[in-house]
Amino acid sequence: MSAVIQASGLDKRYRRTWALRECTLAVPEGCVTGLVGPNGAGKTTLLRLAAGMIAPTRGAITVLGQRPAAGPAQLARVGFVAQDTPAYARMSVTDHLRLGAWLNPGWDGDLARRRIAQSGLDPRQRAGSLSGGQRAQLALTLALAKRPELLILDEPVAALDPLARREFLQGLMEAVAEHEVSVVLSSHLVADLERVCDYMIVLVASQVRLAGEVSALLASHRRLSGPRRDPGSLPATQEVITESHTDKQSVLLIRTDEPVLDPAWAVTPVSVEDLVLAYMSRAGNGPPARRQRLGVVS
Amino acid sequence: MIEFQLDETSGVATYLQLAQQVHQALRMGMLEPGDQLPTAQQVVARLAINPNTVHKAYRELEREGLVRARPGQGTFVTRVPPGTDPATQARFLASLADWLRSARSAGLGPDDIDAIYRTAFRDCFAEGVA
Repeated sequence: MSAVIQASGLDKRYRRTWALRECTLAVPEGCVTGLVGPNGAGKTTLLRLAAGMIAPTRGAITVLGQRPAAGPAQLARVGFVAQDTPAYARMSVTDHLRLGAWLNPGWDGDLARRRIAQSGLDPRQRAGSLSGGQRAQLALTLALAKRPELLILDEPVAALDPLARREFLQGLMEAVAEHEVSVVLSSHLVADLERVCDYMIVLVASQVRLAGEVSALLASHRRLSGPRRDPGSLPATQEVITESHTDKQSVLLIRTDEPVLDPAWAVTPVSVEDLVLAYMSRAGNGPPARRQRLGVVS
Repeated sequence: MIEFQLDETSGVATYLQLAQQVHQALRMGMLEPGDQLPTAQQVVARLAINPNTVHKAYRELEREGLVRARPGQGTFVTRVPPGTDPATQARFLASLADWLRSARSAGLGPDDIDAIYRTAFRDCFAEGVA
């Protein structure tokens, strides 16, 4: 699988603060990739570096095989929707589309007008008076009408109510189905990621903790609960990601490619949220997240 | 045409949920050979899921020989999976119902019964693997 974003040993420093250190990762082509991680992991910095909004302090990043924002041609290939989906408050929706057409050589005016009509926006309305959901739709329309090969979205739905969020993601997924654009988006809303992403990267303190196809990751992880036992006694094919014990019971989240046959365990599948929490809390810097599940043991 | 539903709490991968729902619709006669499955665009617009997920589910069904994609037209049901015949199904349903009634009259609750079933199920299929 070829990569649309490839970072290696990437550093970004603001004065004395490191926003990103030694970050190495690859975002695959043709996927919707979810970038997840705690605040301060470097997600926004990474996405802004990929969009060419900022330059790295050290290290290399290539986007679609070139340096980010290397020139007008490269800029046209990448769409970027920043956090909080900013727009020009005093300009109308139509003005935004005109500006988009003027600034982007590959502008798809039909697509822009169709999407604006579909999302029920009044073309004459000023962006400043749009609701959060409407403004997000406008920002997405501007990014999509560029007809980019790669679309980068930084927390696009964080501020939206559930309905606006669903409508935004429906619009995004329709665009993916229609135009085969690669997408990378960061979000804390893991349930949304589970629906829309087919690839996932968990980033903690600039480092990739987990990366892979979502369905393969779900298939290769299990939660085991049963009578208390030493995780060291598990078969070598079962890697323990997190463990919690009471005096009687053990609950483990494991990674394995083989079926769990030990009848002492109650085996349950995991969700994307389970995975994200497990890998975020695993053997990292700072105190591990305290989280215990009291599963009913049969 | 069928409509897909998603159970986000099931822990079952989305593409499998879609494939299972097609299986179920075929078993229950809601889908028949020649029927069209919703297009990826339609599924995506309704459920806000990744189109690749829909493609993956349909590829899986195609691999099983149940559907075929016709370029530019959509994906169509080609055959119904060979299920166990209804009489056999009815026989096992009846004997399981008998077993459940006797377990219940012996004082076992739903949780006990569920635990017994899961253990037996796992043992039974583990034999096949080991």
